[in-house]
Amino acid sequence: MARRQPYVRSMDGWWKPNPFFRKYMARELTAFFVALYALLLLAGLVALGRGPESYAAWLETLRSGWSIALHVVLLLAFLYHTWSWFQIMPKTMPPVVVAGQRLAARTITTLGVAAAVGASMLVLAIAWGLAR
Amino acid sequence: MRPSRQPPFWLLFGAGGMLSALIGAMLVFITGLAGPLGLFGAASPIAYENLLRFARHPLGALFILAVIALFLWHAAHRIYHTLHDLGIHLTAPWWLGCYGSAAIGSALAAVVLLRL
Repeated sequence: MARRQPYVRSMDGWWKPNPFFRKYMARELTAFFVALYALLLLAGLVALGRGPESYAAWLETLRSGWSIALHVVLLLAFLYHTWSWFQIMPKTMPPVVVAGQRLAARTITTLGVAAAVGASMLVLAIAWGLAR
Repeated sequence: MRPSRQPPFWLLFGAGGMLSALIGAMLVFITGLAGPLGLFGAASPIAYENLLRFARHPLGALFILAVIALFLWHAAHRIYHTLHDLGIHLTAPWWLGCYGSAAIGSALAAVVLLRL
């Protein structure tokens, strides 16, 4: 008996024709950059734990052109992550009702981005203050 | 409706996504650009003594652990589910590769922080 060869449609690039799914994939792709950054932080933490010489070598690596270029890419990816995270938040969180009206999607996104700006400024202030 | 088998992973994904959306870009700027490029002047927050002092403080250690662990869990969960959308059949090794590396990374961060 001949072996069955069922037709399986290829999934290569299924998301490419549709702008909605292109945005979805771009959003999902940010996870790779988040993972990469977490691993960089972990490497720095391990270097810190090994002592001053090890950490100095790690700082030297961070000063290299490759590292700076990589962090510029990471920064752009994280900014896109922030934007897309709050863009989809109206759909991912339970509806909020204020004064009998459902909170508009635009408002939720704006509040989220504003919270990110506020929290980031706080982190910068703390980082600045800790080093004094 | 049957409850999901993986609520904790979903929670970690959400927490990590929120934390990285709130302060991720600023952290990249501080640790990867402003710090190494010397924009903070002599008193850099990523200088050895300053960072060590921060990491030895319980709140500082908790912050560092939260950032590394939650970022890893967020990424692991998202990557795992995107693999499915790319047509990869999600077998046990994929699951272990994604969530396992997040678990190992988190544990490593915790151990280093405790021994500082």
